[in-house]
Amino acid sequence: MVRSEIRSELKEGIQAALPVVFGYFPIGMAFGVLAVQSGMTTFEIFLMSLLVYAGSAQFIAAGLLAAQASIGTIVLTTFLVNSRHLLMTASLAPYVRNINAKLLSLLSFWVTDETYAISMGAVVKQQKSKWYFWGLFITSHLAWLSSTVLGSVMGNFIPEPQRFGLDFALPAMFIALLVLQVRHKKAIAVIVISAALSIGIKLNLAGSWNIILATVISATIGVLIDKWMEKSSQSLSA
Amino acid sequence: MDGKVLTVIIGMMIVTYIPRMLPLAILSRINISKGLLNWLSYVPVAVLSALLAPEILMKDGQLQINLSNTYLLAAIPCFIAGFYSKSIFLTVVTGMVTVVLLDKFI
Repeated sequence: MVRSEIRSELKEGIQAALPVVFGYFPIGMAFGVLAVQSGMTTFEIFLMSLLVYAGSAQFIAAGLLAAQASIGTIVLTTFLVNSRHLLMTASLAPYVRNINAKLLSLLSFWVTDETYAISMGAVVKQQKSKWYFWGLFITSHLAWLSSTVLGSVMGNFIPEPQRFGLDFALPAMFIALLVLQVRHKKAIAVIVISAALSIGIKLNLAGSWNIILATVISATIGVLIDKWMEKSSQSLSA
Repeated sequence: MDGKVLTVIIGMMIVTYIPRMLPLAILSRINISKGLLNWLSYVPVAVLSALLAPEILMKDGQLQINLSNTYLLAAIPCFIAGFYSKSIFLTVVTGMVTVVLLDKFI
């Protein structure tokens, strides 16, 4: 690739990151404020944003740390929450065959819900070079780092974050992600079952087991519904 | 720095990176079984719902399905905003503004 092409792809990636930057700022700042109040230091928040880089999991971790949850619970919950990225990068894979596997393994670190949406929207229209992704991914990560650190600094001066609706940022993000994930009616059945199980388990069992148990059971029920529907459609056609 | 927090961050880093990396690194070479893929496809909605339900339906460890639960009320415009905008940003802002307004007027 010639230099002017590299520059224009890089620039295109950076421009494509703008909606992500706007999206990250309120969420990142809300996380920073709440994480400080749940006992994390600004440096720990910076390190988490740098190395983990996953909005909802970071919120959950801050909450679980404050609730004295075990390391295993926090890490396992993070894994379940972030396992959704598996399906995202899997769907992205066929469109980025022009980039070698080693570099893709590295670039995948920066695939979040938001950067995935932008990337997918771009590659289905036209193949993108690695420079586009560098521009998009680094700009987005810088926005996440600066917004969470800024929030943590502000958090020391905001005595009541709930007055600004900040503590609703996480449930609101769950709602947004949930709506984005629903692609068929069976998913709604799984959502209802998982919600009921989560609450039922939480009311009867101490700790944060409700999330892991409800997820594993309801996803399995989803698969069973699929199998059962397959069978009944076969017997109908037979 | 707290040793527990550092351990948590490193653990989270590993379990966050692996699901992002695996498909892009190996999908061209290995096929994941269809059954596992189907199960995985239900995990995102299942886990998000399991996380969300106690946040909006419970308060102080008790089930709270009534009009004084501002989170439950705020969830309604939030769902509508999410459904129509498909934007995380707009959904979050709608939710936060609604909670502030409800706290002021209720």
